[in-house]
Amino acid sequence: MSANSAFNEEKGGSSNVGEPEYGHDPASGGIFSSDYKRHDDLKEMLDSNKDSLKLEAMKRIVAMIARGKNASDLFPAVVKNVACKNIEVKKLVYVYLVRYAEEQQDLALLSISTFQRGLKDPNQLIRASALRVLSSIRVTIIVPIMMLAIKEAASDMSPYVRKTAAHAIPKLYSLDPDQKDCLIEVIEKLLADKTTLVAGSVVMAFEEVCPERIDLIHKNYRKLCNLLIDVEEWGQVVIINMLTRYARTQFLNPNMNESLLEEGGGEKAFYGSDGDDDEEEDKDEKDKKKAEAPSVVKRKPYVMDPDHRLLLRNTKPLLQSRNAAVVMAVAQLYFHLAPKAEVGVIAKALVRLMRSHSEVQYVVLQNVATMSIKRRGMFEPYLKSFYIRSTDPTQIKVLKLEVLTNLANETNISTILREFQTYIKSMDKDFVAATIQAIGRCATNIGEVRDTCLNGLVQLLSNRDELVVAESVVVIKKLLQMQPEQHSDIIKHMAKLTDNIQVPMARASILWLIGEYCEHVPKIAPDVLRKMAKTFTNEEDIVKLQIINLAAKLYLTNSKQTKLLTQYVLNLAKYDQNYDIRDRARFIRQLIVPTDKSGALSKYAKKLFLALKPAPVLESPFKDRDHFQLGSLSHLLNAKAGGYQELPDWPEAAPDPSVRNVEVKESVPEWTKCSSREKRKEKKVEKPFYSDSEGESGPTESADSASDTASDSESGSEESGSGSESEESDQQSESGSEEDEEEEERKKKKEKIKAKKPVPESDSEQSSEEEGKKTESKNKPRRGGSDTESGEDKDSETESSESEEEESEEESEEETKKKKKATVSKPPSKPPKIDNKKEKKEMSLLDLDDFDPAPSLSQVTPLNNFLSSSLVTDLEGLSLTDNVLSPTTITPSGNLKTYELLHRITGEGLSVEYCFSRQPFSPDPHMVAVQIQFTNSAASEAKNLHIEDAKLQSGMRMKEFPEIETLPAGETVSVVMGIDFCDSTQAANFQLCTHTRKFFVSIQPPVGELMMPIFMTENEFKKEQGQLMGMNEITEKVTLGEKCHGEHAVIQRVTTAANLSRVPCGSDKECRFAGKTVTSGSLVLVSVVTKDNGAAQVTVNCEKMVIGTMLVKDILQTLTQ
Amino acid sequence: MIHSLFLVNPSGDIFLEKHWKSVVSRSVCDYFLEAREKALDPEDVPPVISTPHHYLISIYRDKLFFLSVIQTEVPPLFVIEFLHRVAEMIQDYFGECSETVIKDNVVMVYELLEEMLDNGFPLATESNVLKEMIRPPTILRSVVNTLTGSSNVGDKLPTGQLSTIPWRRAGVKYTNNEAYFDVVEEIDAILDRTGTTVFAEIQGVVEACVKLSGMPDLTLSFMNPRLLDDVSFHPCVRYKRWESERVLSFIPPDGNFTLMTYHVNAQNLVAIPVYVKHSINFFESGSGGRLDLTVGPKQTMGKTVEGVLVTVHMPKTVLSVSLNATQGSYTYDNATKVLVWDIGKLNPQKLPNLRGSLSLQTGAPKPEENPSLNIDLKIQQLAISGLKVNRLDMFGEKYKPFKGVKYITKAGKFQVRM
Repeated sequence: MSANSAFNEEKGGSSNVGEPEYGHDPASGGIFSSDYKRHDDLKEMLDSNKDSLKLEAMKRIVAMIARGKNASDLFPAVVKNVACKNIEVKKLVYVYLVRYAEEQQDLALLSISTFQRGLKDPNQLIRASALRVLSSIRVTIIVPIMMLAIKEAASDMSPYVRKTAAHAIPKLYSLDPDQKDCLIEVIEKLLADKTTLVAGSVVMAFEEVCPERIDLIHKNYRKLCNLLIDVEEWGQVVIINMLTRYARTQFLNPNMNESLLEEGGGEKAFYGSDGDDDEEEDKDEKDKKKAEAPSVVKRKPYVMDPDHRLLLRNTKPLLQSRNAAVVMAVAQLYFHLAPKAEVGVIAKALVRLMRSHSEVQYVVLQNVATMSIKRRGMFEPYLKSFYIRSTDPTQIKVLKLEVLTNLANETNISTILREFQTYIKSMDKDFVAATIQAIGRCATNIGEVRDTCLNGLVQLLSNRDELVVAESVVVIKKLLQMQPEQHSDIIKHMAKLTDNIQVPMARASILWLIGEYCEHVPKIAPDVLRKMAKTFTNEEDIVKLQIINLAAKLYLTNSKQTKLLTQYVLNLAKYDQNYDIRDRARFIRQLIVPTDKSGALSKYAKKLFLALKPAPVLESPFKDRDHFQLGSLSHLLNAKAGGYQELPDWPEAAPDPSVRNVEVKESVPEWTKCSSREKRKEKKVEKPFYSDSEGESGPTESADSASDTASDSESGSEESGSGSESEESDQQSESGSEEDEEEEERKKKKEKIKAKKPVPESDSEQSSEEEGKKTESKNKPRRGGSDTESGEDKDSETESSESEEEESEEESEEETKKKKKATVSKPPSKPPKIDNKKEKKEMSLLDLDDFDPAPSLSQVTPLNNFLSSSLVTDLEGLSLTDNVLSPTTITPSGNLKTYELLHRITGEGLSVEYCFSRQPFSPDPHMVAVQIQFTNSAASEAKNLHIEDAKLQSGMRMKEFPEIETLPAGETVSVVMGIDFCDSTQAANFQLCTHTRKFFVSIQPPVGELMMPIFMTENEFKKEQGQLMGMNEITEKVTLGEKCHGEHAVIQRVTTAANLSRVPCGSDKECRFAGKTVTSGSLVLVSVVTKDNGAAQVTVNCEKMVIGTMLVKDILQTLTQ
Repeated sequence: MIHSLFLVNPSGDIFLEKHWKSVVSRSVCDYFLEAREKALDPEDVPPVISTPHHYLISIYRDKLFFLSVIQTEVPPLFVIEFLHRVAEMIQDYFGECSETVIKDNVVMVYELLEEMLDNGFPLATESNVLKEMIRPPTILRSVVNTLTGSSNVGDKLPTGQLSTIPWRRAGVKYTNNEAYFDVVEEIDAILDRTGTTVFAEIQGVVEACVKLSGMPDLTLSFMNPRLLDDVSFHPCVRYKRWESERVLSFIPPDGNFTLMTYHVNAQNLVAIPVYVKHSINFFESGSGGRLDLTVGPKQTMGKTVEGVLVTVHMPKTVLSVSLNATQGSYTYDNATKVLVWDIGKLNPQKLPNLRGSLSLQTGAPKPEENPSLNIDLKIQQLAISGLKVNRLDMFGEKYKPFKGVKYITKAGKFQVRM
């Protein structure tokens, strides 16, 4: 045999189709002898001194192996060359050894010493390759040597050798399972390894050797999460799958309080907004949950373990991987572990995979099909991505159909059915049959379209293709079972089909249907039986059985007409070749024909045969498949594959999270911070359930558009209420309690508002937009004037205005703080912002090089001055609510310029002003926050203030403020909206609507507002500046204005003109500022170098040249004034 | 993990086998061959087949089946993705992935497979690392090899495997430093018989060819990154940087690679570059029918539509066609019932038209279904989504590279239902 193959090898060279025949040819005796010669030839070549001859021989031998030929008898000749100097020969010898050592164990031992030497080599790559081959030759005798080698390699200096050691572990384990305990020790050691190179391989070894030892993961969990993004793709898949299982044992079900949320959602639905996930829930289940709800309330609220969050956060970026297996692994992790609200992110990535190879599509679609049953809402936006092309392979078509069917609901069913209609015309008949079944399922699931579907299917009965008709019959049968009374004409129609249709299943279905509902078609049924009796002997078995059934049923209902026919059929069946049919005939005869012997049973024959049968449930074959871990082979096959690790159920109570603590000092505070944040977040979710105060939904509250900040502050107050703020910083808890008070106050206020009676609004003509602009421009100089006031001035000013409120100074300060909170997201955003920063900082631990620290209030000390003054300004603006109703409006002071959006006269009493609040807009960080202040100076209240019909340049986006329901006369209210200007100074045009009028308005941002401050060190600044040279650098000389001498003034001017933060600088002649554009995050660097004589040089570095140019102009202007 | 790999040609012969654990008899392939017999089309062979002792996971690529044998639970996509990598690697090394090429280079393929997997778990799949260990064949090198007896196996050890950026080999040197980027966009669309768009989206890919010395750190930014809705990256792209600034920052692999793929925001309406006027009808009497097709440019942004190719899968009963094309040429394959009309460039002044008669099998009933048209086209120098590369910056190296960006729009799965 081996000789034969050697011959073939010789002969084959490169092209050898149909070669296997030679190997099996027993009559090739002649070839035999010559073969030996050939082999000698190879042996000779291997024994020669020339490397080129050896190489040639080895190549030929490897080619034999590759084609599956046996080359084992060359073993002695090959193994001699294991120490050959030529690398390629050596490599090929290794290939040979690994392939045949198992069969020639004794001879293989000859090579071991070479590898053992290799293990000691100073070169890490040689050590690694020696270990690799040594562990790959499956020779039981060397198990102890392997064990020793692995142990040693596991503590090798080189991570690559350690990686190879990890790879060797499962090899040894499969060779000798008794080594398990020793190997686990090695695995434990390697799990602690901190390099990305090892992580994937050792987890793979863990999965193969001891997947049940989940306790080994505890200490390494956080490290694995953090390393994950840098591990190679294949390792990522293994780690993610393992961590999914780990998380299932260690954390609590994030959806466990679903009932709570559901309650909230239900209430929302009551108010008219849609609870999106509700439709998935059975009504019964919901009721049950409602009943449970009170008990749930008492239970401790769910708090996501920070480690759980860590896992979710660190895997998310991998959804962008090019490797489909990684994407799928993350998707299944999210599906199994993430809170319901967050699972949605995976849909987009999975839909992307649908563009990939058809095999990938096949697997992804299987998983999507399972997911879409549980979480239909997730894929609904991508419905069209599942539309079928005529060029798709059938198996893909059928799976897509499955997904489409799962996604069908009342709203999209008409589109889906229209699609199905085109599919029915397809040339691919299997696919058409599947489509018809899909239509049937849609019809059963969605009552509204049942009749439409049924009609459509009935039309298909006249289709020329028999398969189509047959499939329709089967589906119609199932549908009719649900409501047979209304459709006797369809049954009649189908009865006629028995003449033409030949597909057995369809014939059987029709007969069953006629028998079952024979009372609806009393005239036709006996006739059908008559025809069938004629053809009985030629029918297929299933049809025969149904004929017997039909006969029996007719005999019971209409024995007069059918007695003879029935007897005839039963007689035919009695002598049928199929014993099943013979048995059935005998049985039925006994049952229906009353004789002396027949017992009590025949009395009940009618009940037996014509019992009401439950309608069949047409459900997806993918239902409940998700008890298998998604993405796994077992899930795909819907059967447990060997070595499959069950996905454990969530634990009732969380195991001790401290097991994951590692003695790394710096990381510990990070976690606690994180946890406090997590808790707050969690509470936020539960808020709607807990909060009972109606006052919250007042107009001021809604200004926050349910943004994070609002709810965060809410949660803060809650926390202080429950007294669980121990981890919170003092400041936060303080603010929390303040908010409590503030809430009460707000309530009062609201009551006050309610007390005022609405007065009808006067109808005045709308004046043109231009007029408004004029007034705006008129106002400008005044503002400019106030700008020049120094910071101290402002302080005093605000204080004075505060004191007008008849409160003591300290009180007023507090008061203003509260007000601020009440009105805009700004001040409440302060504590969460700090939080954000922390979180971001945490992230930057994972990713060292490329992250811009978020703007921080506390860190940038030089700015404090200005920020605080700007805060005061805000306060001032807000404190005007009561006393300043005069149209001269607020005297803007401080850094924030106020612009007019709608003049009082144009707006018929409604004046609207806006300013750029320079706070991050929390719902979308790429938007500029615009604070809008409405003052109603008309006599009547304004209702339903909202934005409509935004006309934005392409790319621009806008996040509107929530509608203000009422603004009583004389009141002022502020809201915040976000606009993404796309880093351009183009205006955002939109309509501001009240319940009576619409006003065309536009907001045009000064270039300085398109950026946000970032914190930088001097060195970073210099480095970045160095990279933004050339076209990106704009330098202008300027003579400073009179009032503008001194560092302080310059800083103030610049920060007024642009939303930048100061960068510390050694020289007092130079001021530096840094920021980045809000949309694209391009850096904006400004430096102002002042000289003694009042001259200065302004340099702006920005990647966006337009922005740079505009910014320079603005700064020059402000400095020369 | 992956136990063995078999390569099977279209006629069902196994022409290469590789085992990473103990040997699995090739008779296991019989289950697969049986399934392949059953399937009408090679694409319809189920990718995963369960046999009593093994599971077979296969891909069909370039008319070859890559069939892997596994014994225990493993994510199927893991195997499928790996098999595709194998195919890509062969393509990368030998220029094409076909039976002859693999047979001609059987030893090298075998060596590559040996390096790619260790005990069934992927070890080195980065093309740069592999090329360092086993050099791809070039004509020059094969001549040198025959003369000197040296070989393709690298004498250096693969340092790339040790690096944290395994996709780039160290010590790259070029005399001409150049970096080219191709932005290729494909329009996937389904148009219904009236020409209304049922579904359309744009998928794009940025292919790069970077030949730069040393360790360049590149930053590629777009004028309008907002267009990109969903992206996936080569592992070299720094994800955080994209998240925060929407720029692609990366140390590129050496040579050709796919930098990113993207999906364009679905809200933006997709411009459909061509329209098709079509009518096909079969006579009631059977035995014949008429076909009339006209293709014209629609929204092309002023560019010429080239390489237009219309493929029609005719009903099975269409025996032959007798058509007349005003431009280009057509072929009809009677075995597969595929009509291909190669039009070439679209001239808006004179629209290409294809009309004529179809003859049907005698006695066969009039086909009920209408075929659908698949259209292939190409538009040079245009990214139909409007995506534009803003700039490319290089850090870390002193020299000035030559940079270039090319845009091209193609039809992806572009289907018109008749």
